[in-house]
Amino acid sequence: MWDTITNLLPLVGAALHDFLYGFLPGWLAYLLLGFIFIVILLVSILNTVLAFIWLERRGISRFQVRLGPDRVGPMGLLQPIADAVKLMTKEDIVPAGGDRAVHYLAAVLVFVPALLVFAVLPFAPGVVFADLNIGILYIIAIGSVGVIGVFMGGWASNNKYSLMGAMRAVAQMVSYEVPMVLSVIGVVMVAQSLSLEHIVQAQELPFILLQPLGFFIYFAAASAELNRTPMDLLEAESEIIAGYHVEYSGMKFALFFLAEYANALAVSIIVSTLFLGGWKLPLVPPYIALPLKIFAVFGLMLWIRSTLPRLRVDQLMGFAWKGLLPIALLNIFITGGELLIFKGYPSWLALVNIPLAALILFIWSRLFTIKIRATATSARPAPSARNV
Amino acid sequence: MPTLERVSTKETRIGAGLGILKGMLVTFKHLFRAPFTVPYPEKRLPLPRRFRGYEFVWSRERCTVCLTCAKACPHGVIRIQSRLAPPESQWQAEKFEIDIGLCIFCGLCVESCPYDAIFMGTQFELANYQRGGLVRGIEKIQYNPATSRASDYSEHPPLEPGRLLLPKQ
Amino acid sequence: MELRTQPFMVNIGPQHPSTHGVFRLRVIFDGETIVDLEPVFGYLHRGLEKLGEGRTYTQCLTLTDRQDYLSAMNNNLAYVLAVEKLGGIPVPPQATQVRVLVSELQRIASHLFAIGAFINDLGAFFSPFMYMLREREKITDLFEMLCGQRLTHNFLRIGGLSHDLPPEFMPALRALIDSMPRFIDEYDQLLSDNEIIWARSKGVGVLPRDLAINASASGPVLRGSGVAWDLRQADPYLNYPQFQFDIPIGANGDAYDRFRVRLEEMRQSVRIIKQAMESLPGGPVMTPDVNLALRLPKGEAYAHVESPRGELGYYLVSDGSINPYRFKVRAPSFINLTTLRELCLGWKLADAIVILGSIDIVLGEVDR
Repeated sequence: MWDTITNLLPLVGAALHDFLYGFLPGWLAYLLLGFIFIVILLVSILNTVLAFIWLERRGISRFQVRLGPDRVGPMGLLQPIADAVKLMTKEDIVPAGGDRAVHYLAAVLVFVPALLVFAVLPFAPGVVFADLNIGILYIIAIGSVGVIGVFMGGWASNNKYSLMGAMRAVAQMVSYEVPMVLSVIGVVMVAQSLSLEHIVQAQELPFILLQPLGFFIYFAAASAELNRTPMDLLEAESEIIAGYHVEYSGMKFALFFLAEYANALAVSIIVSTLFLGGWKLPLVPPYIALPLKIFAVFGLMLWIRSTLPRLRVDQLMGFAWKGLLPIALLNIFITGGELLIFKGYPSWLALVNIPLAALILFIWSRLFTIKIRATATSARPAPSARNV
Repeated sequence: MPTLERVSTKETRIGAGLGILKGMLVTFKHLFRAPFTVPYPEKRLPLPRRFRGYEFVWSRERCTVCLTCAKACPHGVIRIQSRLAPPESQWQAEKFEIDIGLCIFCGLCVESCPYDAIFMGTQFELANYQRGGLVRGIEKIQYNPATSRASDYSEHPPLEPGRLLLPKQ
Repeated sequence: MELRTQPFMVNIGPQHPSTHGVFRLRVIFDGETIVDLEPVFGYLHRGLEKLGEGRTYTQCLTLTDRQDYLSAMNNNLAYVLAVEKLGGIPVPPQATQVRVLVSELQRIASHLFAIGAFINDLGAFFSPFMYMLREREKITDLFEMLCGQRLTHNFLRIGGLSHDLPPEFMPALRALIDSMPRFIDEYDQLLSDNEIIWARSKGVGVLPRDLAINASASGPVLRGSGVAWDLRQADPYLNYPQFQFDIPIGANGDAYDRFRVRLEEMRQSVRIIKQAMESLPGGPVMTPDVNLALRLPKGEAYAHVESPRGELGYYLVSDGSINPYRFKVRAPSFINLTTLRELCLGWKLADAIVILGSIDIVLGEVDR
């Protein structure tokens, strides 16, 4: 009985599989089955994304002691749908002098990779669209395609703010790829596999306890990849208004918007899978355990977003290259050493690793100081703003 | 003799993230506090007694058409036409218009009135589809015991005691 | 291969989320570094100084509300003080004391808004701003209780006040003042030690002491640079000499210090209000027989107060008629803004926004 409950999703899948293969020729059943699973996956992703948008607006409003959207539907539940209808009916504007084709292509190029990531994510034991044995490599590769779309959008908009946002995006995303990949390596070393399903199965203890430093680095780098506070420089509202998508409207903007939240969902799932034990939770079936973890991770993102201001662009790059990268290397070094000494990476290492991580972070943060630079009393003559 | 207090230091070393944690604790505490905004059209905040509302209450009986209010108005939004009424040859207002579109609700007209004839109102929702609708003539501002609600702002003797009780804060 | 680069010009504003109104910065960037910067203003120019010349002294009061709309009480106060100085009009003691109360309340409200907007400029997603607005809302509620308006109060009158305190005012004020220190401590906890706020605002936009004095800066901008100059003590008006309070000053003169000075000034304002509440003399609030169409003797007068943004002065010239002959405002945020170019040169785009936020301009006052 318990097995039936925990394995509900694979059982349903298998039943569907047997049913289709029962009366259809093999190739048709294969295609049809794939199609059905893709539709189910996309629908559930997009619905979760809508739930995220609602949760973000309502959740942040609760952090800010206000009510949040409450006009459309009970507790504003239909607000994302109302937003979608509004965006779809809006006029699609391409700025004069903008590159029309690139402008269009950028939105698609941002949206598609955001969905492709979900192909390898395991939702329950045996429930994964494509159990690639190099799943993590695939995620990282696909994840970095989005930056091209962002840059194209910023370039094609023919707007200085967009261009600035796009430049920041490229610099930021390329920089944060590095610590992100390095932080995942620690997990891979402990789990001895690149397949996400194997990584989940390897977690008797969630890896957040065994790899606290890796979790911190991954979460920080993923926040930067997602353009979320405190690293939302490419769409910094108070500086460059909306960054690379300032000139987008209508459905194209909706694609950017959806991609952002689809990425947030993907990162929530990846963090749950790599560090929180994926669908494993005692006494809870996998299809409840994973959503719980996803929403917990997203809640943490909301909490951070509602508290923190934003870093400056040079500080952001400094944080990636001087802060996260050395710690990530150190993490790999420590993990490797531990693997070498203690075969099989026993669970009690958590007791060592957590204080060690806190110590490393503390010591590293002590190395940074702010320079107080004096302003010249007589400003140097500069070309007048009127002449440019 | 001035007293001083220095509020910051020349310390330039960044903390180790404890400040961020302290801040996050504060936002977390706010998660459990009641929202301070209200869903407006359904729920309204109580208005104070002295609220300066837009609809103005004017008493034909008290007004002697002395034009003090029109002169006190900084923007000249009060337009008055008077005539001599036949039986006792008394000055009466023929036209008394307040253009809400230009009014800044400073209350100077109400304060200046020597005969306590004009009051601020208690309403604040003054949206209108036409600009002409913002001009309030005699028929709209004249005191009507059934509908008029005058504000306590003026501290004038009320037009009809007992009928002008306003929501107290 | 050598990359050919060239500086480019960006208009920040007049429609921009963090220019605090309709203010425009013409900035020349080299990459993201500011090479040159030119503030362009006048988008909110309403000609209030000229309008004042066509209105009576009482009517001018409504114009002062609309100069610095975030501290209307202080604007009322400076103007009223100038008229009273010119006309030699006495003010009852109760009115003087209530003026202290409301101008300090207004200072807290204005600083709350300034800090909230500053943290927003740093990139926070509105949480601190909403917390600050929550407290500011309570203060505007108090003002509404006093005079029926929340923003443009028109509460002070030449020779006193328009109304005495209503009976429900003092309990509400006491409740607010009792809870205020707790909230200020919470803001302190939320913001002052935050590493990102440190990294973003410490050492950014350092205004040296001598430049601050030469540029005639005033208010928190001047005090942030370490100059203990506060008109409430330097040239006392009302009955500020009776009250005990400190002048907070900064150590470095950077954006962070200006923010901390504001935060600390709120505490001092609470202190002043507490003292003023205890010693309300009572009695009338208005000098009788101040004519609505007041005629002042020929002459001129200048009165200044310490507004939340700095030295706010009104200069009036009377030719004996019912209108001022000249109605001039010394707007603190306009004068503080003159240091903007020096502060921003060499910094990044994001820093320019932070520096602008730390100067705390109100465009109604800058453009008048």
